[in-house]
Amino acid sequence: MMIGQRSSTAWIVMKHLVISGIAFVMLYPVLWMFGSSFKPGHLIFSEIWFWPSEWNWGNYRSGWEGIQGNPFARFLLNSIVLSLGAVLGNVISCSMAAYAFARLDFRFKAFGFALMLMTIMLPHHVTLIPQYILFNHLEWINTYLPLIVPKWLATDAFFIFLMVQFFRGLPKELDEAATIDGCGPVRIYLRIIVPLAFPALVTTMIFTFLWTWDDFFSQLIYLSDVSKYTVPLGLRLFLDSSSQSDWGPMFAMSVLSLIPCFIIFIVCQKYFVEGIATSGLKG
Amino acid sequence: MKMITTTISRTRTGQKAARTVKRRYAHNRIALLFLAPWLVGLVLLTLGPMLTSLYISFTNYTILNPPVWVGLQNYITMFTGDPLFIKSLKVTFTYVGVSVPVKLIFALLVAMLLNRGIRGLGIYRTIYYIPTLLGGSVAIAMLWRKMLGGDGLLNGLLAMIGIKAPDWVANPNYALYSIVLLSVWQFGSSMIIFLAGLKQIPPEYDEAAAVDGAGAVRRFFHITLPILSPVIFFNLVMQLITSFQSFTQAFIISNGSGGPVNSTLMYSLYLYKKGFAFFQMGYASAMAWVLVILIGLFTLLVFRSSKLWVHYEDGGK
Repeated sequence: MMIGQRSSTAWIVMKHLVISGIAFVMLYPVLWMFGSSFKPGHLIFSEIWFWPSEWNWGNYRSGWEGIQGNPFARFLLNSIVLSLGAVLGNVISCSMAAYAFARLDFRFKAFGFALMLMTIMLPHHVTLIPQYILFNHLEWINTYLPLIVPKWLATDAFFIFLMVQFFRGLPKELDEAATIDGCGPVRIYLRIIVPLAFPALVTTMIFTFLWTWDDFFSQLIYLSDVSKYTVPLGLRLFLDSSSQSDWGPMFAMSVLSLIPCFIIFIVCQKYFVEGIATSGLKG
Repeated sequence: MKMITTTISRTRTGQKAARTVKRRYAHNRIALLFLAPWLVGLVLLTLGPMLTSLYISFTNYTILNPPVWVGLQNYITMFTGDPLFIKSLKVTFTYVGVSVPVKLIFALLVAMLLNRGIRGLGIYRTIYYIPTLLGGSVAIAMLWRKMLGGDGLLNGLLAMIGIKAPDWVANPNYALYSIVLLSVWQFGSSMIIFLAGLKQIPPEYDEAAAVDGAGAVRRFFHITLPILSPVIFFNLVMQLITSFQSFTQAFIISNGSGGPVNSTLMYSLYLYKKGFAFFQMGYASAMAWVLVILIGLFTLLVFRSSKLWVHYEDGGK
């Protein structure tokens, strides 16, 4: 009864007002940055309303020219190469390991699985310094190898777990039928599991991309040449040369750096919500 | 041993069992192939480095010279001779202690607003998720620094209503809270998990309680919260573990210094400075292990306490 009363029009309108009010306040910083990226330097901090009173592409032009002799396009390209390498590595290596854990029958499986789960929770700080020493010995510092190779070795065990859960949900009868038809595990993995597990693979790709694109810590540690800098490191250079006039270009390039995340989010929304709601993936 | 068991099972249950025993581990070799990348990574990039870092933590090591064994010295120095370490602990505890509860409460409130069959749920959910989507980036951290700066957006707004406010990120009393705010702002993924949890609660429970005269507040505390407690527990553990390791935001907002006056010197940031600015790799490794122990202890504490406040509908079994 009371529930019925609550659905009156006034209540619904109120609720929408509150929810969209909160949403507007929350999004305002992002809107303000977007607007500011089109404002000339002197207006950025005197104008509070996000909508630019005059639109001006100057910030984008000077931001695109880059910093310390490196065009911003280079940082973008570096980030794209790095992210693609990481995405491919994670999808291939994690899905292989997940297939073994979910479908194959081998010795020490339970032990290996427990070990894998343990590494998910391990703070990366513990392995950070020895890894740095190792990569230093291999002379991989200031290359992308320390950032990409670990992904090809399935060190992001979280995604193995995600895929194991998904693979286990696929009907086993398919494997059995394929076995009768003479398929071995390799062909079952390639022809049955990978195509059917497409949603889990996409979720892995999306989050690997976002996390690599936004990653700051390891890129900060391993990359030292400005010409090898990625977008997060490049953006930080704008901050270092912190004269007031640089905020416009910095906002402009910040907006540019967020666009790929935004596009992926809009296109793949379904995978986001499902990935988070079912496995607690942190965005 | 294995042969004995095989023989026994063969004699005991005959042909069928024998076949199962023989067929066990049918995929040993091919599994090794599938697991090869993971195994190499596990040994070379996880287990090996873990052992190494444990060893290094008992040494003085600067990467240029070979490590020198110093026993427990690094660990002792941390707690008795390094005020900055103690400071970084305080900063991190404050950050975790404030940001995690506030973020979860906010996420739950918004999730409850969105729960009851509201129109446009998809759109609202999308909008509320945007901060989480973008929040981890350097771009947003820099925006935050500028927005809460002396002549930033917030102070511009406050000036309109006649309040003269300080430079939030340059003031040691407030700088950490500007990072807390940035963390709370990203409540989107917790909210989505809460929403999924709320959907599992049958509306009949609420309706029945309402018919019996329970007000909204009582229904919340006696129906919604208990049923949702496993989800709250899950969110709490996840947020706790990630908050302890927070780095980028503090680094960007303080421009790598942990300032002003070390007020934003998060644990990870101090560890980074020790390891990669001063090249005290031994000390930094010891800090890493203390962090593992701290996170482990807190997680254990939450798990232990869960018996008191987490209710499973199937009685926890």
